[in-house]
Amino acid sequence: MSSFKVFDIAGSGMSAESVRLNTVASNLANADSVSGDPTQVYQAKHPVFQTVQALGGAASQTADQASASVKVLGIEANQAAPEARYDPGNPLANADGYVYSPNVNVVEEMTDMISASRAYQNNVEVMNTARNLMLDTLKLGQS
Amino acid sequence: MALNLDSYLGVHAQALTLEAQRTELLAANLANADTPNYKARDIDFKAALAAAGGDSGSGSSGGATAGSVALTATNAAHIGGADSGITDAALGANLKYRVPMAPSLDGNTVDTQLEQAAFAENSVRYQATLTFLNARLKELMTAIVGQ
Repeated sequence: MSSFKVFDIAGSGMSAESVRLNTVASNLANADSVSGDPTQVYQAKHPVFQTVQALGGAASQTADQASASVKVLGIEANQAAPEARYDPGNPLANADGYVYSPNVNVVEEMTDMISASRAYQNNVEVMNTARNLMLDTLKLGQS
Repeated sequence: MALNLDSYLGVHAQALTLEAQRTELLAANLANADTPNYKARDIDFKAALAAAGGDSGSGSSGGATAGSVALTATNAAHIGGADSGITDAALGANLKYRVPMAPSLDGNTVDTQLEQAAFAENSVRYQATLTFLNARLKELMTAIVGQ
């Protein structure tokens, strides 16, 4: 019985969403990490998700190909230019008195966090339900 | 008179396998809710169950499966051999892509709410099938034990 794959699928979803939550946490934590050098300033990070198709026969769609887990392809840095702010009193300011703050959009990160947390909860729910169904199946014919 | 357990259990045995596979499919849809270019999939349950040898119209007796003639498979690669082979083929032919209600910029067609509803429905169906199977097995036990 290949039904245990449902745990792999939901597990991969949970792990991908937790990576996303981690990047959100890192972005929010560094939202105010300024730097005097625009090339050294923190850049917002975002994960890129990709579907992993199970290896099945090439000829036809089989049950193996019905299962598709998810993986994190990589973490992309936001390439938008950092925001320059005139703050000569800052010890990190450059010769012209400017500091550069990261290209983190806090509102965007918060919505991303909500989305990731809901998606994570969905996967937990899937795993719980599948677990209960499987335990019920084990008791088949015993009651 | 020999009892054919397959026909005794009726449509429920195949339905249980298909429902387990549908659980997997919907879990994949939910896991990929944020994956760019992922296309949500589902099975045409009625057609798949009919192809698996069960008749989704009548859920009561095993008449539909008893009437169908199955090939004798001597090799795992034979078409329609083992029971799981039948449901695999039934699933493959009836695996469909969902038509999205609204397009999304990243090419993802998963509607989380819709998938959640389908998942809940499918798990209730699975439990119903389990109940039917349990009742059938209990009946059989009563006949064997005789008290």
